[in-house]
Amino acid sequence: MPDAPGLELIRGEIEGDHPGAILDTAFDRGGATLVVDPAQILDVLSWLRDAPGQGYTFLSSLHAADYLPAQPRFGVHYELLNRDRVERLRVKAMLGDPSSAGGAGDGGVEDDPARSAPPSPATGPAAGGLPSIDSCVDLFPTAEFQEREAYDFFGIVFKGHPDLTRILLPDDYVGWPQRRDFPVGGEPVTFTYNEGDRG
Amino acid sequence: MAELLEDRTTEVMTVNIGPHHPATHGVLRLIVDLEGEVVRDLKPVIGYVHTGIEKSCEDKSYWKVIPFVERMDYVSYFFQMEAFCGAVERLVELEIPARAKYLRVIFLELNRIHSHLVWLGTTALDLGAISMLWYCFRERDKILDLFEMAAGQRMHTRYFQVGGVVEDIPLGFEAKLREFIADMPVRVDQYLDLLDRNEIFLRRTKGVGVVSRERLLELGVTGPLLRAAGEPWDLRKAFDYLAYPDLDFKIPVGTVGDGYDRYRVRLAEMVESVRIIEQALDGLPEGPHIADDRKYVLPPRSELSTSMESLIHHFKLVTEGFRVGPGEIYYAIESPRGELGCFVLADGSAKPARVHFRDPSFVNLQAFKDMAVGSYVADMIANLGMLDPILGGVDR
Amino acid sequence: MEIERRTIRSKQLRARDMLRGDLEGEELERYVEERVVMTSFDKMLGWARSNSMFPLTFGLACCAIEAPISIVTARYDLARFGAEALRASPRQADMIILSGRVSIKMAPVVRRLYDQMLEPKWAISMGACSSSGGMFSNYAVVQGADKFMPIDLHIPGCPPRPEAVLYGFNKLQRKVQGHPDPGWRQRYRAAGTEEWARGGPASLPSAEALEAYEAARGLIDA
Repeated sequence: MPDAPGLELIRGEIEGDHPGAILDTAFDRGGATLVVDPAQILDVLSWLRDAPGQGYTFLSSLHAADYLPAQPRFGVHYELLNRDRVERLRVKAMLGDPSSAGGAGDGGVEDDPARSAPPSPATGPAAGGLPSIDSCVDLFPTAEFQEREAYDFFGIVFKGHPDLTRILLPDDYVGWPQRRDFPVGGEPVTFTYNEGDRG
Repeated sequence: MAELLEDRTTEVMTVNIGPHHPATHGVLRLIVDLEGEVVRDLKPVIGYVHTGIEKSCEDKSYWKVIPFVERMDYVSYFFQMEAFCGAVERLVELEIPARAKYLRVIFLELNRIHSHLVWLGTTALDLGAISMLWYCFRERDKILDLFEMAAGQRMHTRYFQVGGVVEDIPLGFEAKLREFIADMPVRVDQYLDLLDRNEIFLRRTKGVGVVSRERLLELGVTGPLLRAAGEPWDLRKAFDYLAYPDLDFKIPVGTVGDGYDRYRVRLAEMVESVRIIEQALDGLPEGPHIADDRKYVLPPRSELSTSMESLIHHFKLVTEGFRVGPGEIYYAIESPRGELGCFVLADGSAKPARVHFRDPSFVNLQAFKDMAVGSYVADMIANLGMLDPILGGVDR
Repeated sequence: MEIERRTIRSKQLRARDMLRGDLEGEELERYVEERVVMTSFDKMLGWARSNSMFPLTFGLACCAIEAPISIVTARYDLARFGAEALRASPRQADMIILSGRVSIKMAPVVRRLYDQMLEPKWAISMGACSSSGGMFSNYAVVQGADKFMPIDLHIPGCPPRPEAVLYGFNKLQRKVQGHPDPGWRQRYRAAGTEEWARGGPASLPSAEALEAYEAARGLIDA
């Protein structure tokens, strides 16, 4: 991993070319993270890949995480790897949830119905919008399946993806399972004391 | 008349292969556009064994996650355990003792041999060399006997624990293991004898499924596929984790990147794994098999009857589990199929907020289209074998 | 439920009742059934079927490595029971071993495979995941293959050892031959201790519910 000063150097150089792209840096437990403005994610990724001396040409993993109740709640992580220097760098783009009312601090109110009830069509793409970010398939072809997986689990739309459809869940599935407010599902185990509760 | 014949040969036919098919390694569905026997387009449809493991893990304390993640790539279960336990250990900054590192390496390499044996048996079966299945599984049963001796279960042993390994190896394990590693290189030579000059096997693998190194790197492919194409990239050598820096081993690298190279690379990896196990066994240090930090590791049972503090630690760990301060980490190891990465997001509670696995088979499957388009259907089956996908890892 | 002791004396008494015309209702039915079912031809058919099962090559997840792959290998030889001819086509197979977790995407596929098999057919649910959802109590796994297809035998384990699968296979063979193994409740005379979720056999669907179901399946005109 680039060490803390190295990380600040990278930040400085990117800021020079693309001002306002880097929102934050973090160096935690030996791992370096760049928090990037989602609108400029492609600029940052292509700079990291192509700028001489950087060479982060390998995208190890593209995945998303739901930071609920913190806002903005969705984080899209790009784990970049420089194979020559054997260094990893994480690039994070935080996306808010457009379907929730207001922004920070208010997301909890909208999501209550989804928390207790099974997913209904109201929580699908029809209600509100889906968070979106540019697709990096042109930069890193390996992202194709991985972006589809992030879409499948979180509902994050990757603009410009050649075939953004569900990959692991059935095509007609409604709901975004990996979101924190989606219930785990399954059935309660039936014992004698609660067998009457079953429908 | 000629127009009729021409129409028939240039017509593109869409065929659905799977999800239940004798030659798919797991429940993989392929939608193949065929022109005659030549594959024009290929679309893998996956998700038929999607188990929602990542979602289930968010509901469980850190220890309870270990059996869940084991069952993702169900042939290389030790690797998933190592990826998760290693990630959590780095999150809590826990240092594992040297003996545990060596033991982990031994079991990981045994699992690597096991995975390659299963691969060789089933792939040779797909290609028609049916006897290989019995020979490979004979060795595999010996490995599973070793696992059972140490951990109590043949598969899904849940042997790794945050902080080290659950139990030290029993008496007699070392002797049995030495017997196995003395025998294994002979067996690999026997496999080579069986397959290496088999005309059909060579015709089905040589020159089949070549994808260039650059394209493979673009697609994120790692593991034996990448090494067969000529790129000497192995996470065991690149990132020093566990006891690999102390051990001396080579990385087999191919030249052309066809099916034959992939087969030879995996067989050579089996031999290298035997060397690693031998060195690890010779250099196995004495000491504890699990770390000492009572905040994350159970105290030994003998102490529970004498020390109140141990009892409190035991109680806390067994009921709630340990808490991990907020943070996120991505830790990747070299599994038999490539880079297996584990992302853990901790939010300060006793349950992880997100566990994601970057599974090598999932990413490698993107190369399948490049390998198969333009060649025959039979070559597609051979390519699928050489790709070595495990659908449990692909679908998670 | 009464446990009958098959002593010679009790058989004599029942034969006497039958001749007198005193045996009626359920007892008479059972009497006739036993004699009709267990003729020698049926026994021979059962023996032949059980010793030449054609399993379907069907593996879903981890259990698939233990069966069908590991049990046909040399150490746990399934061939000694006559079942080594694994068939890839469901039309040619008569036993399906559900080895692995059944996800919601795969369930209709499994059902279709089971429907394509010809009678007589048997289904073994191997491992915890296909018997009851296993450790995966979540949105993506069907909590037991019983929910969408009839299962003849459940084998516990995660994954069950190949020896356990072979033991289960032997149990299935005995079931096919017509004398299924008595469960522990019969052996220890604990009948009546069953706990049924949702009421058990006493709560079969009402006639209206059954009619509605059949109509929904299009079998009768509603």
